[in-house]
Amino acid sequence: MADHDSNAKAYWQANLRLIIISLAIWALVSYGFGILLRPMLAGIPVGGTDLGFWFAQQGSILTFIALIFFYAWRMNKLDKEFGVDEE
Amino acid sequence: MSQFAINLIFVGGSFALYIAIAIWARAGSTKEFYVAGGGVNPVVNGMATAADWMSAASFISMAGLIAAGGYANSTFLMGWTGGYVLLAMLLAPYLRKFGKFTVPDFIGDRFYSTGARLVAVACLIIASVTYVIGQMTGAGVAFSRFLEVSSDMGLIIAAVIVFLYAVMGGMKGITYTQVAQYVVLIIAYTIPAVFISLQLTGNFLPPLGLFAEHTESGMPLLAKLDEVVRELGFRDYTADVDNKLNMVLFTLSLMIGTAGLPHVIIRFFTVPKVADARWSAGWALVFIALLYLTAPAVASMARLNLMNTIYPAGPTADAIQYAERPDWMKTWETTGLIKFDDKNGDGRIQVYNDTPAFAATAAERGWNGNELTVNNDILVLANPEIANLPGWVIGLIAAGGLAAALSTAAGLLLAISSAISHDLIKGSLKPDISEKGELMAARISMGVAIVVATWLGMNPPGFAAQTVALAFGIAAASIFPALMMGIFSKRVNNVGAIAGMLAGLISTCVYIFLYLGWFFIPGTATFANTPDNWLFGGTGYGISPLSFGAVGAMINFAVAFTVSALTAPPPARIQELVESVRFPRGAGQAVDH
Repeated sequence: MADHDSNAKAYWQANLRLIIISLAIWALVSYGFGILLRPMLAGIPVGGTDLGFWFAQQGSILTFIALIFFYAWRMNKLDKEFGVDEE
Repeated sequence: MSQFAINLIFVGGSFALYIAIAIWARAGSTKEFYVAGGGVNPVVNGMATAADWMSAASFISMAGLIAAGGYANSTFLMGWTGGYVLLAMLLAPYLRKFGKFTVPDFIGDRFYSTGARLVAVACLIIASVTYVIGQMTGAGVAFSRFLEVSSDMGLIIAAVIVFLYAVMGGMKGITYTQVAQYVVLIIAYTIPAVFISLQLTGNFLPPLGLFAEHTESGMPLLAKLDEVVRELGFRDYTADVDNKLNMVLFTLSLMIGTAGLPHVIIRFFTVPKVADARWSAGWALVFIALLYLTAPAVASMARLNLMNTIYPAGPTADAIQYAERPDWMKTWETTGLIKFDDKNGDGRIQVYNDTPAFAATAAERGWNGNELTVNNDILVLANPEIANLPGWVIGLIAAGGLAAALSTAAGLLLAISSAISHDLIKGSLKPDISEKGELMAARISMGVAIVVATWLGMNPPGFAAQTVALAFGIAAASIFPALMMGIFSKRVNNVGAIAGMLAGLISTCVYIFLYLGWFFIPGTATFANTPDNWLFGGTGYGISPLSFGAVGAMINFAVAFTVSALTAPPPARIQELVESVRFPRGAGQAVDH
């Protein structure tokens, strides 16, 4: 039973860690590169404007998609590793 | 064949398809009615979610907003997509594991309180009803422009169609019609965009065309657009924003609001497994991104096209003669969405930014005020005509706009009717109602909801546009935090959750009402809605009423945690419930060993 509890705890910790990393990237590409850090990226030209504009109108959306698929893939694997998946 | 006949074939054809699906996908049980039997493939659900989520606002209005605001309105692009990351990681898989039918179901059970359930029902109904008004009026406008019927008649036709498939099929019928509607709307949106991108940049992929070279001038498209609008006194299209605090909060409000909208959340109850709910959120965003990556390209290209139409020889040369204006301008003038007023009497159409800073230049050029007002909403609808595309593309746009409005309306109506039949009637008024009785109650509340929505669409309150801000604000400030705390905290209890939801709801509504009028009644605003009046306005970093949802959400979290810390922790069975939603494997195996 103790094993089960510690296993459950480790699974949830792994999930939280993954969420925190993913949301840090989520915030960095949108609020960071797309908005607040745009002046810093102004020197990197992208098709008539700068990298910050690209992140605000395309880059963040593409990153969001990659993040969700990465999270789904990783979690579905963790489910199996920790034996909590639906059979 | 006349344009009217073409439009009729496209719209009529798409409607016949929806009705055929309705007859095929009838719901026989409450499980089929509320969650389509729970067996929807995650990719199919992703497609249905995309149609459910992309409303008339995404299809018709968003590109126009970006065209007008440039970089500053990128907030809509990030805000309306970033919410799916939150859904996929913070809500959807756990709520799917919980395995019940509605959003208030979870809030009521997790916070072991009928009070919490009723607060959630109230938030859900206010958010969804305000949202559905916009969809119904959008459908009415599309009908009246493309099918030459009155807007009211158009609304009634739309309501009958939705009634057929939503009342008969419930979530099951809605799911499969939404898939069909997605296909119609995405084809309608992308085809004109591809042609315009080809015409302006030679690149057939609009998202690449946006950052490509403008064929005619040899400059990058965005640099050309900046140059043209600058000559006319507008801000550069790509110009940075000064008030970044407000830009961040507005984007955050849209993201949290998206994740907290009940009609989107319940779509994830229809997939077979927790793992599918995660994949499904990814697929939903893929399908949404097809439109959201196209929209900014449409925005910049349409704005450049419009300026080139009006100033054929460049913005510093003579504008076009009113008598020689293109046909599409004449068509749209009849709808009142384009207005011309020859202020300097020279017979030409001068468009520029009529501000004091530009007054000297305007006077030098003999201009006496901006002469053309163009409603943002026509940009997408008029796009095929501006780009001289064949008539069938216009018919496609008509069917696409209606698909976007109707698919969202149906999803909202289901969220409303299930909250009434499942949470109000079965959950608190008449718990012993039979399965058959509940299904009947669900159908009747759906029918009533459609009638109310149609009536509101015909008699739109003058504040229809502002209420969308209210819908997002409420979802962000009340529903999202309650759901998230219910999953990620075992300590937040019934009193804390109710206090938090009410604090978030009330603070957000009050802040919106202060600037937009109490209950949106014109003339009752306490402060004028200008940036210097907003909270922190004196610093240049004011918070607009539309951005307050994110602040309301923070208030909700803070109040809920504080009140919970001061009162008794939730009982053991609730802590077990939280434990069970965190693990995909069946509840019995996860806690009972």
